[in-house]
Amino acid sequence: MIALIDYGSGNIRSVFKALQHEGAEVQLVGTPEGLANADAVVLPGVGAFGDCVRGIQSRGMWEPIQAWLESGRPFLGICVGYQLLFETSEEAQDGARGFGFFAGKVKRFTTPGIKVPQIGWNSLEFTPPDHWLWRGLPPQPHVFFVHSYYPEPANPDETIGITDYGERFAAAAARGDVAGTQFHPEKSQKVGLHILRNFIDRVKAK
Amino acid sequence: MLTKRIIPCLDVHDGKVTRGIQFGKAEAGELRNVGDPVELALRYNEQGADEMVFFDITASAYGRASMIDVIERAADQCFMPLTVGGGIRTVDDMSLMLKAGADKISINSSAIATPELIGAGAERFGSQCIVVSIDAKRVGPGLWEVFAHGGRKATGLNAIEWAKKAVALGAGEIVLNSIDADGTKAGYDLEITRAISESVEVPVVASGGAGKLEHMSEVLAEGKADAVLAASVFHFGQYTVAQVKEYLAGCGVPVRLV
Repeated sequence: MIALIDYGSGNIRSVFKALQHEGAEVQLVGTPEGLANADAVVLPGVGAFGDCVRGIQSRGMWEPIQAWLESGRPFLGICVGYQLLFETSEEAQDGARGFGFFAGKVKRFTTPGIKVPQIGWNSLEFTPPDHWLWRGLPPQPHVFFVHSYYPEPANPDETIGITDYGERFAAAAARGDVAGTQFHPEKSQKVGLHILRNFIDRVKAK
Repeated sequence: MLTKRIIPCLDVHDGKVTRGIQFGKAEAGELRNVGDPVELALRYNEQGADEMVFFDITASAYGRASMIDVIERAADQCFMPLTVGGGIRTVDDMSLMLKAGADKISINSSAIATPELIGAGAERFGSQCIVVSIDAKRVGPGLWEVFAHGGRKATGLNAIEWAKKAVALGAGEIVLNSIDADGTKAGYDLEITRAISESVEVPVVASGGAGKLEHMSEVLAEGKADAVLAASVFHFGQYTVAQVKEYLAGCGVPVRLV
């Protein structure tokens, strides 16, 4: 069972339906107990970094998710759910901190002349191309982004996908079975569904 | 490279997609029935649309309920970005549409009446979620006025100033509908689209006036739009989304080909 973390953040219906569409058994989980029989965790996120941190904390989910990440079990963070895997964010003026699974911080786009937020379909370069999350995909597919901030991993080896928007940024990162994507696989049509299927296959293979 | 988006727009009236002949006339009952919104959404999804916009032009209690059903059914089958507009007056209205599967909320008259709604929505759901749609009419050389209520009510607001204010309040995207161009099929209003795109740092979506393929390349290049919205050219089968994209790719415009 894949636990889809429900902490009051935006559109999780689409993530739920997309995972289900690709053959996963999904449950919305909003309490620590809900993780007991989960094989994998998916953490979506829409809105501001600090609000997401507080949303997770207020449901008592922060420590259980932190422990899950430390155990290295399968995990997928999407959009702000990906950013939360890093240490800090320029967006969180109040000092809210992420899980720190990846070393590095989340920064705002500042290249002059580009529109912020980035909204739309941009190409994704696989680094490395043979990563399990990209299995079976054509090179440089387009995926859907909606964001003003992006993470900058301190360890470049953890970057598994790069997108160019004024600067080349880490559109996806992974270490072991824990991965995150800045784009929305659940909104990226066939390519996005394929990426979710790769995650589900990884979970089932465990 | 970020691609330019091609966005079919579906005007939904009591659960059906309709198309008015000219601006504002849809609300007056002059409608052509185009079909089932979810069937159309699936068709455009297959054709490679980059996003879809659903406008509730009924804005009645019954219309609202059927709109939620439409969004749920579309979102469950089309794994692509969906925007909902029409009759959204409160943060709770926004929340209902997002829960149904929408990704962005488009507000127009309600943002003019209550500008704080923009900030309240952005604070709760993030700026990327809040689209301010502006109906602009040329009232003099280099001067455009904002109209509310489907283009029927003058507001006295300058369109460029209103766009800037909306962004300052938290809008993450602007949709610019030209009242003069809408329904004419004579091309987008390049001048106002460009003026607004150069005045705000968020993406601008051009709307109103698409009739030929050249119109789309013009507004993306000269009009500096980040995306184009069109309805009739797609609904009546004049072009498919794929044909538009192939044409644009041939002109050197970055598009996502599927």
